[in-house]
Amino acid sequence: MSMLIDIISWLAILGGSFFSITGAVGLFRFPDFYSRTHAAGMTDTLGVLLLLFGLMLQNGWDINLAKYVFILMFIYFTSPTATHALAKAAMHGGLMPAVEGEIDGEIEGEVESELDSNRDEKDKAKS
Amino acid sequence: MFVAAMAAIIVVMVLALVRAILGPSEYDRILAVNKFGTMTTMFICVIGFLTGRPDFVDIALVYVLVNFVGTIAVLRYYEYSVPKNDSQDN
Repeated sequence: MSMLIDIISWLAILGGSFFSITGAVGLFRFPDFYSRTHAAGMTDTLGVLLLLFGLMLQNGWDINLAKYVFILMFIYFTSPTATHALAKAAMHGGLMPAVEGEIDGEIEGEVESELDSNRDEKDKAKS
Repeated sequence: MFVAAMAAIIVVMVLALVRAILGPSEYDRILAVNKFGTMTTMFICVIGFLTGRPDFVDIALVYVLVNFVGTIAVLRYYEYSVPKNDSQDN
C-alpha cells in the first residue's frame, strides 16, 4: 500500500514538474503577450496542482494536509482569475494582439509595445 | 524525488526571471513576477520537505495570498493610470 502511494506521488511530482517546465519554456518563447498568458496561466495551475498532490500523498495524515489543501484551493481559484485580470488590463491599456508575422508587436525589427497614444503616430509615420 | 521537483522549480524560476527582464511591455513583467511568486510558494513547500521542517507550509500559505493581492494591486494601478479621454476641466 505504501508502495502504491510512493508510485502515485512520484508520477504526480514528475508530471507536475514536466508541465511547469513546459509552461516556462512557452513563457520564454511565445511571440506575443496574449499567447504567453495562455502558457503561464494554464500550466501554472496544473503544474502546481500536481506537485501539491504529490506532496500531499507523501505527507501522511497530519495538520499539514489541511494546509496543503488550502494552498491548492487558493491557487486553483486565483491563478486563472489573475491571468484574466492581467489580460483585461492589457486590453484596456491598449496592447494589441499580434497579427500574423509580428513578434512582440514589431514588424521587421523594432521592439516597441503599442499603446493607444503611440499608435496614431506610428500610423502617420508609416503612411 | 524532491530533488527532481526542486530542480524543475529552479528552472521555471530562472525562465520566469528571464522573461521579466526581457519582456518588452510592462504586462509581460507582471505576468512573469506572478509566476515567480507561485513558484516561490512551491519552493518553500518542497524545501520544508527536504530539510525535515514541516512548519514551512505556513509561510507558503501566507505568501500565496500576498502574491495574489500584490498582482491585483499592481493591475489596479495600471488601470487607473492609463490616460483616458481628455479630462473635462471647467
